[in-house]
Amino acid sequence: MTGGGAPMSELLHRFAERAGDYRADVRLCSQAELPGVLSGLLGKEVVLPQGVPPEWVAGLATIVDDGLSPADLDRPQLSVLTGCAVAIAQTGTLVLDGGPGQGRRLLTLVPDHHVCVVFAHQIVADVPDMFTALPDPTRPLTMISGPSATSDIELNRVEGVHGPRRLDIVCVIDK
Amino acid sequence: MTGSAQPRRVVALGMPRHATGPLAAPITAPEPFADAAARKLKDTQLRANLGHATRTIRDKRAAVVAEVDDWEALRDRAAAVKDDVIARLPELLARFASAATAAGATVHHAADAQQANDIVLGLVQAEQADRVVKVKSMTTQEIGLNEVLEAAGIAAIETDLAELIVQLAHDKPSHILVPAIHYNRSQIRDLFALRMPGFAADSDDPAQLAGAARRYLREQFLSAQVGVCGANFAVAETGSLVIVESEGNGRMCLTLPRTLIAVVGIEKLVPHMADLGDFLRLLPRSSTGERMNPYTSIFTGVTPGDGPQQLHIVLLDNGRGAVAADPVGKQALRCIRCSACLNVCPVYERVGGHAYGSVYPGPIGAILSPQLTGQQAGHNRSLPYASTLCGACYDVCPVKINIPEILVHLRQTGPKPLAERQLMSALSWVMRDRRRWKAALRAARAGSAPLRLMTRRRGHTLRRAPWPLSAWTAHRDAPLPAQESFRDWWRRTHE
Ligand code: SF4
Repeated sequence: MTGGGAPMSELLHRFAERAGDYRADVRLCSQAELPGVLSGLLGKEVVLPQGVPPEWVAGLATIVDDGLSPADLDRPQLSVLTGCAVAIAQTGTLVLDGGPGQGRRLLTLVPDHHVCVVFAHQIVADVPDMFTALPDPTRPLTMISGPSATSDIELNRVEGVHGPRRLDIVCVIDK
Repeated sequence: MTGSAQPRRVVALGMPRHATGPLAAPITAPEPFADAAARKLKDTQLRANLGHATRTIRDKRAAVVAEVDDWEALRDRAAAVKDDVIARLPELLARFASAATAAGATVHHAADAQQANDIVLGLVQAEQADRVVKVKSMTTQEIGLNEVLEAAGIAAIETDLAELIVQLAHDKPSHILVPAIHYNRSQIRDLFALRMPGFAADSDDPAQLAGAARRYLREQFLSAQVGVCGANFAVAETGSLVIVESEGNGRMCLTLPRTLIAVVGIEKLVPHMADLGDFLRLLPRSSTGERMNPYTSIFTGVTPGDGPQQLHIVLLDNGRGAVAADPVGKQALRCIRCSACLNVCPVYERVGGHAYGSVYPGPIGAILSPQLTGQQAGHNRSLPYASTLCGACYDVCPVKINIPEILVHLRQTGPKPLAERQLMSALSWVMRDRRRWKAALRAARAGSAPLRLMTRRRGHTLRRAPWPLSAWTAHRDAPLPAQESFRDWWRRTHE
């Protein structure tokens, strides 16, 4: 479901494939298609960090984080929508640094559903490139590769032990 | 011990000291390895679980390592970075301490387990907390922190699922990465039913068991005031800490409590943030066999409005300075605790982690525990013999620690029983002279002749020899001397 007829860059393709390997749900769309894709993914209650562009969520009921408590965020129907700072193709990893549109670390941790928007130009090839691409690596960094998981019981993979059990990634193909 | 105003720069490296005293117990084998191993070998359930687990992780690791073209170059670079750190420990520790302090953390230095525990206990008590939530940390296990907190009436709640299982069972971890590798699902269900408040799963489906742990621990996370963690890496340049995990329990402990205490071994340092690039490619692949683990947190001091507003970092020596002073053994400080060496070790696969009598099991445990405590401690001198020297551990180690070399080095430098020393010096006297050697061989052939007939069906090997040779044959077969020496054979057929 590529949009805009833009050729999918190799990095974007690899990122989407690798993030999918971790059982994150990955979608590709154009800038224009983004609000439609997001409204299809988000639930009834949506929390946003400060700095998410209003046009992404036009027409949706949203709560902007202004110091919500962990208990506020610990509600089953809640989705959180964020952007990211960098994404890593080789490992299918999202990197959040608390910058605009990403918010405090607990926002993407306590809710059960995380939707993250990645722009194609944010994708770097491998882990070492992340450190050069980040504006300031001393901000609190969270690297996310698929939903929370454990293999502690007889090595059976179980998803969603403590972090969000559902992770949706929307890749936006740049113009 | 120290305050943010004047961080103490004294690091216990000037006078290398081993980890000693009662608090060295978590890394001291209480009985000889061979005895513990002989008992564990009889546990067929354990061997089945271990065989399955180590095989699965081995295969996954091999597949994701094969994807990386420059794996060998990565290993070389990572080893070089760590060697540089070990050579410059005091300097890099000072740099780390001042960078972390500038970023809002309070840095403490602990020479041994006792000091580290005192510092952490004091901090928790100052917060008036009756419990702490913990991220899985080998370092806090090494110093026995949970026991110390519990003795002071503070509950230390392990939040990693496997660590929680082990804690509820009042048991000990048996693997660095999957500490509950020795439990199966129905054992876990029974345990939860017995010990987990509010447990309500009626099946032993792993997803249901994990769900029960999620509900139980979420209450703990949301109400805890103090979190305790270790660190996978500490960046000297920026004072940052790195925590690599899968479940999200780490992120919970790192973000929700208002105070966070990190206990960090001094060998965890890397000089620069950019060095992490290589290590974060090596560690998940070597450890769980994934390209990347689900969550990695990198944080630097305190961030206003995000996460704990008080961060204490306890830098722990506990024998590491002594290891750094050993020209061969110091390689062990490169270890990033990935556990790949456990999964390939034919000895570990059969006896499991408990046989090593230390929180550090397997090949890395065999070289680390005796070095941290000194070989005289408990039965740690028996650990360098817990190996066939096959070298599989060296091949997989992401930081290229030559484990067999250190094992041999420790065997050579370790204390030996009087009988062995006397035997060796007698042997050396015999072997120094050709005539003495020939005479000895002749005597051995004559002496063993009656046994040849008895051992005919077993390829002329002896299962049990009389004392004092029984010490040798207790754990191995002994071949009888050949009927003819090479020299005799050569003379007979060529001259
Ligand atoms: S010695 Fe090497 S293989 Fe073993 S745990 Fe340490 S880093 Fe991993």
